[in-house]
Amino acid sequence: MSAAMLEIMAIAVVTAAGCAVVGTFLMLRRLAMLADAISHAILPGIVVAFFLTGNLSSPWLAIAAAATGVLTVALVEALTRTRRLREDAAMGLVFPALFSLGIVLIARQAGNVHLDVDAVLLGELAFAPFDRFAPGGVDLGPRHLWLMGGISLLDLLLVLVFYKELKLATFDPGLAASLGLAPVAIHYGLMTMVSLTAVGAFDAVGIVLVVALMVGPPAAAYLLTDRLGALLGLAVLLGTVAAALGLALATWLDASIAGCMAVGVGFVFLVVYLVAPGRGLLAELRRRRRQRWSFAEIMLTIHLLQHAGQPEEDDEARIDHLHGKHVGWTPDFTRTVVAGAVRRGLVVREGERLRLTDSGRVTAGRALSGSA
Amino acid sequence: MTAPWEIYADYTLRTVSLGSAALGLVSGALGAFAVLRRQSLLGDVVSHAALPGIVLAFMLTGAKAPLVLVTGAALAGWGAALLVMLVVGTTRIKTDTAMGLVLSSFFGLGLLLLSVVQRTAGAGQAGLDRFLFGQAAALVGDDLVTMAVLGIVVLVVLTLLWKEFKLLSFDPAFAGTLGLPVRALDVVLTSLLVLAIVTGLQAVGVVLMSAMIVAPAAAARQWTDRLGRLVLLSGAFGALAGLAGATISSLVPRLPTGPTIILAITAITLVSLLAAPRHGWLAGVLRAASQRRQAQADGVLADLYRLAAQHPDPTRAPHAVDVLRTMSDRAGVRTALRQLAAAGLAEADPDGRWRLTAAGAERGRVLAEGTP
Repeated sequence: MSAAMLEIMAIAVVTAAGCAVVGTFLMLRRLAMLADAISHAILPGIVVAFFLTGNLSSPWLAIAAAATGVLTVALVEALTRTRRLREDAAMGLVFPALFSLGIVLIARQAGNVHLDVDAVLLGELAFAPFDRFAPGGVDLGPRHLWLMGGISLLDLLLVLVFYKELKLATFDPGLAASLGLAPVAIHYGLMTMVSLTAVGAFDAVGIVLVVALMVGPPAAAYLLTDRLGALLGLAVLLGTVAAALGLALATWLDASIAGCMAVGVGFVFLVVYLVAPGRGLLAELRRRRRQRWSFAEIMLTIHLLQHAGQPEEDDEARIDHLHGKHVGWTPDFTRTVVAGAVRRGLVVREGERLRLTDSGRVTAGRALSGSA
Repeated sequence: MTAPWEIYADYTLRTVSLGSAALGLVSGALGAFAVLRRQSLLGDVVSHAALPGIVLAFMLTGAKAPLVLVTGAALAGWGAALLVMLVVGTTRIKTDTAMGLVLSSFFGLGLLLLSVVQRTAGAGQAGLDRFLFGQAAALVGDDLVTMAVLGIVVLVVLTLLWKEFKLLSFDPAFAGTLGLPVRALDVVLTSLLVLAIVTGLQAVGVVLMSAMIVAPAAAARQWTDRLGRLVLLSGAFGALAGLAGATISSLVPRLPTGPTIILAITAITLVSLLAAPRHGWLAGVLRAASQRRQAQADGVLADLYRLAAQHPDPTRAPHAVDVLRTMSDRAGVRTALRQLAAAGLAEADPDGRWRLTAAGAERGRVLAEGTP
């Protein structure tokens, strides 16, 4: 790996970390689409501040963009409060409008090489290593690394300091309010951090990757853990893995780095979604299949219990009878169910006949009385 | 001096404007259903997700025929919508997170493919990137035919299944009890939405297309409470915005079409939110003012009655305005009295003192004592 690649990777990692931290709270508050809305809507703020200062690295850009982000949230909420628009429609109205404004402003000012439409979407991660942070002529590394590192560190510090408050306000806003925690202030504080993170990340990695990094890693981590602390840690870790995969892919294909990293995020989620223990798709399918068999086994015990001690018991308890007229199973199905029931000690086999064990009788009785 | 409409004598401008108006009409009409069914942000997902479909369709066929690209876009958009439903249906991840995740990964994939195609496919790919922000100026006769056919198909299906879609949008459970195939209808309506979105991509672009779904419907919603009028009006607003946006962006240099159309529809929506009768902001303010005046008049009438009730004949007991002022801490007593006089409930003596009419005494008694 070349030095430039290492620096790109470092920028991606600190970006992924900051995005994952704020993104986790967005997801838990069901505001994930706000990541999309805010990262688009901050554009006019950035453009206007850029026109005024003529400098893409001016701190005014970050301040203007963060203000625009908070304004977006406030606008969406104001529109929702009129009760003439639902929240999703209000969101779908506000951010394209602001984004369009930004694009039109950029397009009208053609010739400003530093701001063009592609860079807005894709970022210029490949060029980030050329943009150095060198106060007093001492080269300290890429500027974006310091910028994003600073913002992500701030995200992390704020989350650590206000961990308890954020947790409570996220999971039980009512209780948080009654304890005097000012959920509205926490909400807008979080939105400010989301905007600030988006503006820092946007310059380097573009809007697409901001959204991917804010939403994807927390979603994948959410399938792996129930604890907020672990969720935050895993989200950062998975975001880093996705960024590394994306960078490798981009090098291999010589393609857009931001696009590849977004695909990396999708891939990491897909893998977790498939194999996550307990909550993944495979685990879910296995559970559904197991439920089918266990239901059939319970049916078997009930069938045997119903006919126990009856004159027809001899006939009804025969295995080949199960796939006959009474239960209607196929021979294969019957074989598997019987084998499972024997293995679990619900029935015992006596030649071609089945007999309930005590445990099987209890199982059937419980199922019939409805107290499974 | 030429008449303003003579600019449409230009063939290109006429094609472009007509095309954009048609797109606005179709997406506006379908958007009305999307907004009613809380699918506003699904449009965002579908339009972003269409990008990899477009590029893949080009890579596989090497053709840029509109029908090929639109088919690719529709398949990818549909796949994304299904994926969102699958993730939400099988995990505890909520819709907003699933949408953000699918949107950004698909869009990232689109950008990845686009960057590869731009590097490898030479001049043949030129113009694919106009799908990002739309380039109505590039619309040609072929595109128009494709759009017209798709648009007509969408509108005809909408008309044929009007009753079913209406029921589905407002009360799907009831539709189910009537024996309507709710799930199939849902699939058809969502497919129409996908078609409406992908037809609009050329003019508006994948990034902003969602606004063409949400904004016309949001604007139309302010003017009417009836579905038929909502759909017609929404389509009309979309067409108007398409026409205006495409025309303006063709006439002004360096003005991308998509953002211009979005700003046009945003302006229409803002005017609707502010000025629509009954539901608009202005109507709300006027209504509140009139209610306040009514309450004030009622309060003064009740005060006048309480004073007059001290006398044997309430209508023969005039009182000074100052006395009434001391009885209520509200301003505007004189305005209220004038309003009461206009309604024939009170009248002024020549010396400027006020007393109740017979009708005023009766109504004042009701207000003050609370019994009719």
